[in-house]
Amino acid sequence: MRHIISVLLENEPGALSRVVGLFSQRNYNIESLTVAPTEDSTLSRLTVTTTGDDRVVEQITKQLNKLIDVVKVVDLSEGDHIERELMMIKLKANGQMRAEIKRTCDIFRGQIIDVTPNTYTVQLVGASDKLDAFIASLGNMASIMEVVRSGVSGIARGEKVLSL
Amino acid sequence: MVVRALHDEGVKYIYGYPGGALLHVYDALFQQEDVQHILVRHEQAATHMADAYARATGKPGVALVTSGPGATNAVTGIATAFMDSIPMVVITGQVMSHLIGEDAFQETDMLGISRPVVKHNFSVQNPEEIPSIIKKAFYIAQTGRPGPVVVDIPKDMTTPTDRYPYEYPKSVKLRSYNPISRGHSGQIRKAVDMLLQARRPVIYSGGGVIMGDASAELTEFAQMLNFPVTNTLMGLGGYPGTDRQCLGMLGMHGSYEANMAMHHADLILAIGARFDDRVTNATDKFCPTARIIHIDIDPASISKTVQADVPIVGPSKVVLEEMIAQVKESKKRPDGAALESWWKQIEEWRGRHGGRYDTSDSELMKPQQVIEMLSKVTGGDAYVCSDVGQHQMFAAQYYKFNKPNRWINSGGLGTMGFGLPAAMGVKLNFPDADVACVTGEGSIQMNIQELSTCKQYDLPVKILCLNNQSLGMVRQWQDMNYESRHSQSYMKSLPDFIKLAESYGHVGMKVDKYADLEGAMREAFALKDRLVFMDIAVDPFEHVYPMQVPRGAMRDMWLSKTERT
Repeated sequence: MRHIISVLLENEPGALSRVVGLFSQRNYNIESLTVAPTEDSTLSRLTVTTTGDDRVVEQITKQLNKLIDVVKVVDLSEGDHIERELMMIKLKANGQMRAEIKRTCDIFRGQIIDVTPNTYTVQLVGASDKLDAFIASLGNMASIMEVVRSGVSGIARGEKVLSL
Repeated sequence: MVVRALHDEGVKYIYGYPGGALLHVYDALFQQEDVQHILVRHEQAATHMADAYARATGKPGVALVTSGPGATNAVTGIATAFMDSIPMVVITGQVMSHLIGEDAFQETDMLGISRPVVKHNFSVQNPEEIPSIIKKAFYIAQTGRPGPVVVDIPKDMTTPTDRYPYEYPKSVKLRSYNPISRGHSGQIRKAVDMLLQARRPVIYSGGGVIMGDASAELTEFAQMLNFPVTNTLMGLGGYPGTDRQCLGMLGMHGSYEANMAMHHADLILAIGARFDDRVTNATDKFCPTARIIHIDIDPASISKTVQADVPIVGPSKVVLEEMIAQVKESKKRPDGAALESWWKQIEEWRGRHGGRYDTSDSELMKPQQVIEMLSKVTGGDAYVCSDVGQHQMFAAQYYKFNKPNRWINSGGLGTMGFGLPAAMGVKLNFPDADVACVTGEGSIQMNIQELSTCKQYDLPVKILCLNNQSLGMVRQWQDMNYESRHSQSYMKSLPDFIKLAESYGHVGMKVDKYADLEGAMREAFALKDRLVFMDIAVDPFEHVYPMQVPRGAMRDMWLSKTERT
């Protein structure tokens, strides 16, 4: 099963490598990983999506908690949460397909953020499966030149917060 | 600042080897007398000496090694300590900070290399941080689940002409690290209820009881309830080895009675043990009728390989104290009749095998006889520092440890070459104690150069080299699983160990016959101020039994070359 794990991390040199190293060392899977400082410059927030059965995910959270630089860990998938990922995708867009691509883009609430006579660069935000669906729906319509995805960020719904 | 911080931390001995990146620190060491430096002959030995000091005392040992090869040579020792949760602080030199990343002379990324085998590591970025980083390193190493901590110090952080204010912190607090100080009372109550209703209980105790200083509490608790106790390889001595309730070691080379009792138990109380693969055998067949209570200071050890029914996170000592108090308060007592019949069953198992071995199939001594003699000659009171292999298992099986912290061996990592430096680390700190290094002709050659360090610092350890002229454990597996194709497990051209010991300035003794063993061993231990290297010829064909059948249950064992359960 897919899990989204959020980690509050000391913003120290080497802290990220400890987290990443833990995953490879213990043979855990990383599907995506994002990390950036928070409003408190001494803390980074890291989101990792991973797959594994309950036992593996329990070990992942326990092992993460053991790292000295890790301040807090939460498995967002245990409760209601919101996940978002940002994608920028550069498409070949010319001839009659140009309009069709724009329509598809509107349906998915994407924005065209850069244009040339032959290309569109589309920005799309949503849950990962929405981004997957957009790529799939482009299907034969457009040829994809480049895709860049930010990886998943997540936050709990309601009043729950992950903070010091 | 480094040396002053070590002094303020109360460090008496550090073990190390100098080099370019550490010259400033070594110069500071030269100019004081409080912190004494022991010069080893290879950095691996420095880490094992520090590690063994920690195993014998519970306090962190300290090693000091230079950058590059000095640091990488120390990695095996750091990993050894990590696998067995031993507190240790390793200070590594580093090239000057402006050269880091430029492939400078003797540069290695020690933070990166050590990361998977340390509890934590630090890099000093500013000389003013040195005292607080060293304080944190000691604090992290010895609290919670102990482990090694590396402090990497670039050379320009220790420039003696740069002066900084120095203050050694009295205490540390880290917002991201809060070791747990006691167990959950509700869970403990639940556990005590289960224990008082158990009909076939076994206490399975590990290294956490030794490092957690909970041996006295474990002994009181087990005796109060009349429950059988089995120790892991790391837990030997946690419960007195000669006591009736002690079933000996469990696991791959555990005793017949310990493994049988585990398999048939209805309740297992695991304390400071981690259900390692060398204990459990196949986890899907592990103890099918038992419910499991697991006490451990590290939540990640609980339900990692075997699901616990009642997890208790906390220090073994404090949790056991609370359990003892609760049992005393409770009116309930274990079912006496059920326990009696359980003990009857256990005694029957003990009688059936009970650590017997056959001495009739060889002219040569059996390795088991040597260990039994060591136990006899030292009264079960020596520090026994072991290398890795058959001799290690024989020592674990046949030396009866009545006290904790006396059995010093590399359990998790299985590091050959550990024994001699470990014995040195213990002897240095306990000069009046009998310290034996039980080794083989394979292991001893992995750190034999330390005989020179022993001479320099007068470390009169007794080396018992069980010489079977082969890598015995490898060969045993080859006998059992590879139709006796002894690939690379035979050592030709062994040195004359007697002459070798003598050339380092020590005493060598050769023992070929069992009849000479007791006399020679007594003579060796009587030579209080000399290192004695006993080269003891033992039967090269002996195997360690019992041995669990691969992928079987706890009870599936070979009991001899021909007999299995």
